[in-house]
Amino acid sequence: MTAVAERVGAPRSEPGLRVRFGWAVTDTLTITRRNLLVWMRVPAYLVFTVIQPVMFVLLFRYVFGGAIPVHTVGGYVNFLMPGIIAQTAAFATFGTAIALAQELKKGVIDRLRSMPMARSAVLAGRLVADTLRMLITILIIIGVGYAVGFRFTNGFVPAVAMVALATVFGVAIAVISAYTGLAIGDEESVQAFGLIWLFPLTFLSSAFVPISTMPGWLQAFAKNQPVTYVIDTMRGLALGGPVEANLWKSLVWLAGIFVVFSPLAVRAYRRAS
Amino acid sequence: MSQVNGVGGQPAILVEGLTKSFGEVHALRGIDLSVPRGTVLGVLGPNGAGKTTAVRILTTLLLPEGGRALVEGYDVVREAAAVRRSIGLAGQSAAIQEELTGRENLEIIGRLYHLSWPRARRRAIDLLEQFGLSDAADRAAKTYSGGMQRRLDLAASLVGQPKVLFLDEPTTGLDPRSRLGMWDIIRSLVADGTTLLLTTQYLDEADELANEIVVIDHGLVIAAGTSEELKGRVGGDVVEFTVPDRSRIGDAVTAIAKIGEGEPHADKETGVVSVGVGGRGSEALVEAVRHLDGAGVEVRDLALRRPSLDDVFLALTGHAAEEEQPNGRRRGRRRGRGTSKTVERTAS
Repeated sequence: MTAVAERVGAPRSEPGLRVRFGWAVTDTLTITRRNLLVWMRVPAYLVFTVIQPVMFVLLFRYVFGGAIPVHTVGGYVNFLMPGIIAQTAAFATFGTAIALAQELKKGVIDRLRSMPMARSAVLAGRLVADTLRMLITILIIIGVGYAVGFRFTNGFVPAVAMVALATVFGVAIAVISAYTGLAIGDEESVQAFGLIWLFPLTFLSSAFVPISTMPGWLQAFAKNQPVTYVIDTMRGLALGGPVEANLWKSLVWLAGIFVVFSPLAVRAYRRAS
Repeated sequence: MSQVNGVGGQPAILVEGLTKSFGEVHALRGIDLSVPRGTVLGVLGPNGAGKTTAVRILTTLLLPEGGRALVEGYDVVREAAAVRRSIGLAGQSAAIQEELTGRENLEIIGRLYHLSWPRARRRAIDLLEQFGLSDAADRAAKTYSGGMQRRLDLAASLVGQPKVLFLDEPTTGLDPRSRLGMWDIIRSLVADGTTLLLTTQYLDEADELANEIVVIDHGLVIAAGTSEELKGRVGGDVVEFTVPDRSRIGDAVTAIAKIGEGEPHADKETGVVSVGVGGRGSEALVEAVRHLDGAGVEVRDLALRRPSLDDVFLALTGHAAEEEQPNGRRRGRRRGRGTSKTVERTAS
């Protein structure tokens, strides 16, 4: 009668919580490793991620910058770099959306979902790999900034804090991107309009010009949107000056983005077809 | 306690009254299937018939609405984790990471099946060998031919040593030679005792590979049986010929309507006309020649042949094995082994 335990339909003993948590971690690392391998195999990915912000640095530093009056220690290049870094972090998430849309279309996500691996690992591994990628891109851009005259003037620890805030901001946008990529599920559409909202959000902020130079109606938007809070905080950390008020507003906004879009992204992954 | 000794006797796949809709579209309207262990079920039907939806439910990718489905005795909804440990899936496109090598692709899948690194490596080497990819093992998969990519994809579906394998249109889009290669590989898997559910739009493919065939159309099983049983439904032989002058197809159909047991079928694109003639074989062939000659219609390749699954589909559904175009237009499928590049994956 021992065979009764093998009764068809009887749940096989499922692994315990601890084992499953262990798998979730190793599966996430495996997916992270896979994504980083792909990234390293195609140097073009890095070049494309870096080349656009580098051109922006050069364009604004040497072409437009002279015409933009700022009251920043060290001049316009110091004003510019925190904005460029935030934009770089946000735009790096195009890769997140496009990669997920591709995997969805090619059936990679179907295969992974049909396997006995941790379901959280595909999204988590994607975000971990993309965060590392984003961090490397930010460091390269800071290097380029230094080459054209940018300097952190507020000390080492606040500089590190600025990079950390830019990264957390990038991850928040990456969660939105992940949701967008999975919900749209088509590489071309994602590329064409999936993340087009990032352009007004980053340009209609304090990233490139002081908000006081904008017309009144635009100021109302630019002053009160999260990208401005994040960039103003980053500027305070990089160059000195008041930080606290903007930091709180940034953190509340970023927390709000995580709370809203993480479940949406997870749901889109579960339903992906 | 019939169930006690019954593990071997229980079907590997059991589906009862399965339904699923997407908004207004009823993809599955109550499907029953039973696949004994170690056998091959061919699920045959046009694009949009519900084949892929059925596979997605059985592989835990999609939740059913009504009915139930068991794989290896595990319920696909309540015991999805156990189902996932028992199955392998290869879909309509090669679900591989093209930037990575064949070896890396398989090793990563092995790791995700929680094999240790040495075992994942070993498994990758064995599968690359088995699928004739050893020489290409360390090349990026994007340099592979279409056939090689599909073989790598199939290898990936076997990393976890599944008891039940689902192949959703495994040869769609492959050239005829790669298709034959794929068939050989699939046959060898079945010889090893794997239970296989295979969906296809190709009638000859189901004929070649499957023990049992179910025909699905508009979300319903419209016929089931062995290839021979299904052919028996057509009721005998078929007279078939080609009309080179397409404007005379109508005349040809009228001329042979008298000899057939059912309505003749004409394909306006290819000019191929066929009609079932029951057991009257060569007698019907002679009559066909006489009637066509009398009507003054010139024909080519006039022949008497055993019915194909094409004819079965025609007899069962009243239309040829067609694919539903996204815009609702129907389009006839060519006969024979020629593959079509027009097949697109429809959202389901």
